[in-house]
Formats: sequence, structure tokens, C-alpha cells
Amino acid sequence: MTESAPRPTPASPTPPGGHLLDVRDLHVEFRTGEGVAKVINGVSYHLDPGETLAVLGESGSGKSVTAQAVMGILDSPPAVIRSGQIRYRGRDLLTLPEEQRRQVRGKEIAMIFQDALSALNPVFPVGWQISETLRHRDGMSRADARRRTVELMDLVRIPGAAGRLGDHPHQFSGGMRQRVMIAMALALDPKVLIADEPTTALDVTVQAQIMDLLADLRRDLDMAMILITHDLGVVAGVADRIAVMYAGRIVEHADVRPLYRAPAHPYTKGLLASIPRLDVRGRELSTIRGLPPNLMRIPGGCPFHPRCPYAQQVCVDVVPDDLVLADGRTSACHFAQEVHDDRDR
Amino acid sequence: MTATADPAKVRGETILTVDDLVKHFPITRGVLFRRQVGAVRAVDGVSFTLRRGETLGIVGESGCGKSTLARVLMRLETPTSGRATLQGRDLLTAGGGELRRLRRNMQMVMQDPYTSLNPRMTVGDIIGEPFDIHPDAAPKGSKRGRVQELLDVVGLNPEHVNRYPHQFSGGQRQRIGIARALALRPEVIVCDEPVSALDVSIQAQVINLLEQLQDEFGLSYVFIAHDLSVVRHICDRVAVMYLGRIVEIGTEEEIYERATHPYTQALLSAVPVPDPEARGTAGIIRLTGDVPSPADPPSGCHFRTRCWKAEDICAREDPPTVPRPADPHPSACHFAALRARSDPTGRG
Repeated sequence: MTESAPRPTPASPTPPGGHLLDVRDLHVEFRTGEGVAKVINGVSYHLDPGETLAVLGESGSGKSVTAQAVMGILDSPPAVIRSGQIRYRGRDLLTLPEEQRRQVRGKEIAMIFQDALSALNPVFPVGWQISETLRHRDGMSRADARRRTVELMDLVRIPGAAGRLGDHPHQFSGGMRQRVMIAMALALDPKVLIADEPTTALDVTVQAQIMDLLADLRRDLDMAMILITHDLGVVAGVADRIAVMYAGRIVEHADVRPLYRAPAHPYTKGLLASIPRLDVRGRELSTIRGLPPNLMRIPGGCPFHPRCPYAQQVCVDVVPDDLVLADGRTSACHFAQEVHDDRDR
Repeated sequence: MTATADPAKVRGETILTVDDLVKHFPITRGVLFRRQVGAVRAVDGVSFTLRRGETLGIVGESGCGKSTLARVLMRLETPTSGRATLQGRDLLTAGGGELRRLRRNMQMVMQDPYTSLNPRMTVGDIIGEPFDIHPDAAPKGSKRGRVQELLDVVGLNPEHVNRYPHQFSGGQRQRIGIARALALRPEVIVCDEPVSALDVSIQAQVINLLEQLQDEFGLSYVFIAHDLSVVRHICDRVAVMYLGRIVEIGTEEEIYERATHPYTQALLSAVPVPDPEARGTAGIIRLTGDVPSPADPPSGCHFRTRCWKAEDICAREDPPTVPRPADPHPSACHFAALRARSDPTGRG
């Protein structure tokens, strides 16, 4: 894939003080013994206070790696950040010394993970795990940390919080463990919460509870949230904006409603058509032909062209830029307007 | 592989009958003198029938016993009690050669395409292994040809017969698992969460393949899944399980449009709809608490601890799964009732 110039960040205009979080033209590769996998190829997105951005993609699309780069928790090796900026309140996190980076992590930007069982330490009580952050980072006394821990556990609606401080992770159900992890992430009162597939491992009734909780917390604590998910249903309910990722690029970036009403990238369109829906009956599922690309051999031109029903010669030859459509949304497709206007496919 | 059009096999006749099936896993204490102190009631009295050419969905949340049910049906677990017959032959007491013959007619597709294929065997060996166990299923020397036919049927390149599982993607591996299940031309396939490990765009390909194979070979599926949207798409009838029991069973329309059990209604209302416009959170029934432990289920109705309709009778009497006045399909609730008509699945 050829190098593309830094692209403008789409959708809303830049506020006077700059965006809260601004990822610009990020490139990340994994250098392994078998070769170089280009995992992130020029991702730009931004987040303003109080909003929820959904980053949607299938496995290998780079949605989690981007978030790990923002958090500064990429495994290096094999990961190498080749270029780009991650600006938080105007400062580029990538150029900060590790000690200052640490001050941002947790206190400004916190993250929750998909699998609470492996994210929590099995041998320590959950009360200890939540209060550890408070004591080390905020320098709280044992008693204060304990009081704050109970508050946090109440905040995430764990029933009988004070009586459960001494319980270990395995004594909690899946949904309750997820709440413990959310409590840990909230401990230092972050301004940005990154939720990486927070409900994927949960049952639907519990999933609904957790998504409600996250939405309420985001509002009550006035945080901004990045929701990373593969589930188009979950996104529809909570996000303000969506960035759809494919092969390490954001292929479409739009407000939620316009995106679902009329997708402007063939990949988004294919995804929406391929999910069975509870409220729509008797429709044969359309499929996206073929497979996602191997990141060590991303096809030239538009990386989606081998699977795309709209593809023409230009798609094989030229990497599409982000086309800005009338309503300010962007789509990395040579035929974005045609795709957007074509309601039949 | 050609379609086996046998006029004697009438579409719609009952092919699999399960009656009051129970599987309890004992909980033991002590090392030297092991004694049973309790039991995990994974499957606690399940009955249903499966007709030829039909897809029966079994839905429920984790821990409801749906996968144990599949394993008992495949005789991978020995049931505690109950009866099951496949084409009139007893499935649960058969042993030796009889069991082997029965299994030929009933195969399984597993959930995880990464762990259900032996990484040291080629695809040809994996799909051909059923023919080693049942030598009469393929005439001598025709095995390789049959394997290549099967690869073609499930949409893989027949020339890839000598490749290993790691050379395939998740969706392709699930196709290999399906080809293996098809090898002996079974009449019933038990699919245990066959698409839940796959990405959305790949999931649709595998669902379409399963539907196409059903039409082609007249297969009957027991389709176990937790994704209610997928189940609605592929199933003719649906059974909803909660804590080891079927709480409601009916046609796809009866369950999705006219559910009478509170658990089914809550489950359906919680499914996120991929459409920001159609979404009203007002219709969502929010269940509180978690599923109780199957080692110590509540008395009477198992769902009563999370149910907003529960009264004293629910703790005393276990509601049978029988037709209810609200709608003629079986539902295990003392207070079975339809949700408000304007709002069948919980959203306006």
C-alpha cells in the first residue's frame, strides 16, 4: 500500500481549544519473524468532551490496536508506531517521556477490556484490586481508599458492595466482574473511557445492563467514551459517531443515524446487509464475498477492492482518499456518492 | 455428492423425539470416601420433537444447559434419565455397533473452529476420518474422491485436500467442520453455536451454506445458539431454555411475535437492533440480578427470582410447559400472557 498524505479529521469542526483527544494519521506495524504486518495504516479520529465514538470493525481491522496505542500499552516488540500523533489536550502523547505518559494513563484516559476474568488478578480480593490504584496513584490512606472503593462499587451497582470487598473475582458472575473492572477504570476519575468490546462475552440480558450502566456513567461523570465493538446492534443504541475500520484504515466516519440510513462505503453497506435482524423477517442474508486481507499482503489500491461489488479498475490502481460528502461525513471510496445514493444493493 | 431423494422419507415426519431428558453432574466431597453432596442440574427434564427437514432452534443464556443437551444427544455424556429416539430407535441405551450405526445418522458441528479440528491432520484426513470408522460408507478407493466432493459442496477448493487447518481462516475451518459432519450423509445435524465464533461478514456466508445444504440434502438441524437474531433467521421452531428447562417452545412466529413467557419476552427485548431510528429503550425489560446456580435452583418456577410477575404460587408450584390460554403454544408460566399488542418484541 502506498503512503497517503495526512488526511483531515472528518465530521465535526475543530473546537477553539482543539479536540480532547485527537489521533492523527497513525501508522502501526507488527514486525514478526514472518514479515511485517501493517496493522494501522493512517488512522485519524477525534473525541470531544461528553461524546461517544464507536470504532467498529471485524477481527484484524485494527480497532483494538489503535486503542492500545492511545493507552500506550502496545506490546513492543512486535508493535512499532511508525508515524502519527496522538494529541490529548493539545499534547502529543507519543513524544511524552514514560513518566508523564503514566500520569495520563488511568487518570485521564482509562480502559476496560472484553474479558474481565483474565483482566482481573485471580489471587487478590476485588476490594484490594480497586483500592490499589487509589493508594498508589492518589496516595490515599488505607481507610480512605477503602471508603472510596465501596463508593465506586456502589456507583457501578454491585449489590452489597461493602460486604463484597473481600471476595475474589471467581466469586462474581460475568456481569459483576465486568462491573468490578469498570469500577477500577473509574477509580482515578478519567475524562476518557475506552471500552474494548465490553459486552462481547456477556449474555444479552446482562449486556443490556452493562450498556445502560456505561451510558449512565458517561453522562453522570461527564466522560467521553470510545466504544470498540464488532456489534452493529450495540453501536446503534449508544454511539454519537461511528468510525468503521477495515484493514487498518477508517473507511467510513459519520454520525450514527446517517450511517445506518445510507452507508457511503461498500464495506459498511455489506456489513449492514449481512446481519440477521430480529425485526426484519424473511430476507436472504447477503454476504460480503471472500475474506479480509492478510495484513502482511494488503491488496494495492483500495484494500477492499477484491471483495467489493462496486470495484472498477481505478480501485485496483489508486488508494482512495477520504471523500467528504455533503453532510460532512467521510468515506474512503472512489464511488462514495454512488454507494450512498444506491439504495438497492 | 448427490441429493438422496428417497420417496419413503417424507418431509415433516418426526425423526427425533426427546422425552424428559435429565443430566445431573454430581458434586462430590472428600478424597478417600467420596460422597455426593449435590448435583448441578444442567439439563433438568427437557422434551421436544424434531421433524424431518426442520430446524429447531435452542436458545438460552450461558449456563442454561443448551450445550450439555447437545452433548447428551450425541452420547458424549451419559444422561441421568429420560428417553430419546432417533427414527424410533432408542438413542440413549444403544451401545457398541448399534450406537455407531445411530451416530451415522446424527452428526455434530462444534462451536469453535480453532479447537475442533486436529492441527496435525490434513483436511483430507479430517473429513475422511468418518469413512475410516464406517468403512461401508464409502466403497474402497473412493474415499479421496468423496472428500473432494464434500469440499466442493461446502464451497472450498477440492485441491486443498492436503492442507492443514492453520492454513484456513475461521469461516473456512467451520466449512471443514460442516463437511466432516456431512460425510456420512446424516439426517440430523446438531449445530452447537456454529457461527458465534465468526465475524459478521463470514457468519452470513456460513448461515447461507447451512440453509442451502438443508434444502439440498433434506437435513434436520438442532441449532443451538445464543444469538436470537440468527435463530430467528434460520429456524422453523424455537425452544427457549432457562436453568436446564425448556420454558417456552413454538414456531418461530409464536416465539418471536407471540411469546407468553416473561423470560422470553425479556430476552427478546434486550436484543440490540442495528437501527438507531427503530430503537426505543422504553420497551426493554430490564432483568435484575443474575441467573441462579444450576446446583441450587429456586423452588417452583426457576425464573421466579428474576421475574416481575412472580407471586407465591411461583415458589410453590413448578409450572408445566403446556399450552396456555393466552396463546396455544407451550409455555411454562402460571401467568403466561402476551405483551401489549402494539409492542410485540418490546419496541414500538
